[in-house]
Amino acid sequence: MELLRFATAGSVDDGKSTLIGRLLYDSKSIFNDQLDSIEETSRSRGDAYTDLALLTDGLRAEREQGITIDVAYRYFATPRRKFIIADTPGHIQYTRNMVTGASTADLAIVLVDARKGIQEQSRRHAFLVSLLRVPHLVLAINKMDLVDWSQEVYEQIKDEFTNFAAKLDIADLTVLPISALKGDNVVTRSANMPWFEGPSLLHHLENVHIASDRNLVDARFPVQYVIRPHQDRHHDFRGYAGQVAGGILKPGDEVMVLPSGLTTRIASIETKDGPVAEAFAPMSVVIRLEDELDVSRGDMICRVHNQPQVTQDVEAMVCWMTERPLVPGQKLAVKHTTRSARALVKRLSYRVDVNTLHRDDAADSLALNQIGRVRLRTTTPLLADEYRRNRLTGGFILVDEATNVTVGAGMIIDTD
Amino acid sequence: MTRMPEYSLSQIDQLEAESVFVLREVAAESEKPALLFSGGKDSIVMLDLAVRAFWPAPVPFPVVHIDTGHNFPEVLEFRDRVVRELGLNLVVGSVQDAIDRGVVQEEPNGSRNRIQTPVLLETAEKYGFTALLGGARRDEEKARAKERVFSFRDEFGQWDPKNQRPELWNLYNARVHVGESIRVFPLSNWTELDVWHYIAAREVAIPSIYYAHEREVFERNGMVFANNEFCRPRAGEETFVETVRYRTVGDATLTAAVRSDARDVEAVIAEVAATRITERGATRGDDKVSEAAMEDRKKEGYF
Repeated sequence: MELLRFATAGSVDDGKSTLIGRLLYDSKSIFNDQLDSIEETSRSRGDAYTDLALLTDGLRAEREQGITIDVAYRYFATPRRKFIIADTPGHIQYTRNMVTGASTADLAIVLVDARKGIQEQSRRHAFLVSLLRVPHLVLAINKMDLVDWSQEVYEQIKDEFTNFAAKLDIADLTVLPISALKGDNVVTRSANMPWFEGPSLLHHLENVHIASDRNLVDARFPVQYVIRPHQDRHHDFRGYAGQVAGGILKPGDEVMVLPSGLTTRIASIETKDGPVAEAFAPMSVVIRLEDELDVSRGDMICRVHNQPQVTQDVEAMVCWMTERPLVPGQKLAVKHTTRSARALVKRLSYRVDVNTLHRDDAADSLALNQIGRVRLRTTTPLLADEYRRNRLTGGFILVDEATNVTVGAGMIIDTD
Repeated sequence: MTRMPEYSLSQIDQLEAESVFVLREVAAESEKPALLFSGGKDSIVMLDLAVRAFWPAPVPFPVVHIDTGHNFPEVLEFRDRVVRELGLNLVVGSVQDAIDRGVVQEEPNGSRNRIQTPVLLETAEKYGFTALLGGARRDEEKARAKERVFSFRDEFGQWDPKNQRPELWNLYNARVHVGESIRVFPLSNWTELDVWHYIAAREVAIPSIYYAHEREVFERNGMVFANNEFCRPRAGEETFVETVRYRTVGDATLTAAVRSDARDVEAVIAEVAATRITERGATRGDDKVSEAAMEDRKKEGYF
């Protein structure tokens, strides 16, 4: 069975919680005791109906205030796939949470209310999906029951969104008319919309082709941990443990270790179950090399003729995630692949208005939840790819060295 | 590994690869990690993943058991056997010992679940552990659904759910100041069913009480409890012999069994796939105290 991670964006008003509740309920992933518990809470709060949002709003403050504060993860499976939902709050003050949920997603669902059409926040969600390079986007036009299942309304919203999405870098867009409340086109196709010939949402989630989203071209193996048993039985064993971040690696391959630039061959690829003939993302393996080189955590094994940039100057789109703003001249810790460094913020080129995509060249700082193009100078070279080419070797986090808090997320756009 | 078409992995292989990555990150970035091991199925799977992560080298950190003293004998024997076979260093934090020293007090219902927390924190402090690996899963409980894989704890071991570090891609932040620590949950994205699929696929040994067996039990609050030295029937509660198994293993005073004929791993998988009640809902008296029972315990420093 394959695993598909998807993120949902939209506000409670768009019916997001109802949709998730519907997917979980119809796939029999809500348990009786969970349902009893939220029915009890709904009753005691005096709600007119059982509030399915209570399933995902797990914190006391969320239940009391009826809001979603943080990313909640939910799990369900059908006979075809296992799904991990990152349920993210939709409001602008939670941009960082949506960025977090989208960072690992294979697919994102952006919800709109058919009566209201494309709103400012729908455009923001689409922008973040394209910025984080979530490979598949579903625009779910919800509450079709409240617009008389109108094909005209669907076509109009679809056209408006498609025009907007053309300005973004969205590889795969699917537009679906649904009614989360009534269940139309969520799990089964809708009898109320015979004019719609596409799949139901669940059918799309089960069948969307994700295998080729992974980069199988550029071999990248960030060394995570050096394994040296120091035992008689494995006296000479020296292996490099890590998770393949791209490409396919095989025993016998000629490889280069960065940043040293030394070359050797892969002697074997080991696991506890025995050696394997090849390794690809996201396998965690141990690589043994033919020659004894000085290789340590943070180094990268790649191919001789296909290397990441080895650079101390990094251009990136940065999403800022803390109250104290990002300003040029600031020093931060960077974590990129398994490599850590320190960085100086050299320049803020512009700030993006996440609602209009307008670029503000005069901006001199990034506040919480703002996004901008930043140039960094790092203390040691990063072994970096463009984020659009590989999310794992193109993304980094920024950490405040005084508080140790993760304060920013970066997506490398240029490595010269 | 099970190869899927077009260079993709099955969900179990993918979860394993991600958890192994997490375990290696902890070993690489934390100064003094330890793995919490109770002999329950989730901690057994976590330990099995740790063995894989560092193979052929031994697991590079000790295992810690916070021992309530209310144990199922099969589980304790299992713990000791695994520790012996893998040559692990076992650290035991004893709740009984803490009670004897007057550090904690047993609750009126005899449960030692909540008072494990101070013993856990004391043990971590005594040995200077900077990261504790736990087998908790996000599907278990809704407060856990919101917790990070690398969950920061302040110098009092407290979790602040509203002030969590953003966690993006596979870039985990293990940085702490002196006195602070990280709880790490490598099984965050696993479900109960995933754990059982892994146990089947990797042929992982687990204590016998997870499989159906005959046991003398009695009913309380709609749940079936074993009649043992920690849990005796009260007046009006009749004992009888029933075919049961344990879905979770916790404090023996309040962990209930479930009626089951599932005597092997395939039968358990079929049963778990069909069940309509969560594992904690079916077997734990302590989670029913309030809607936010788990959140409150975690804020105090619980697992």
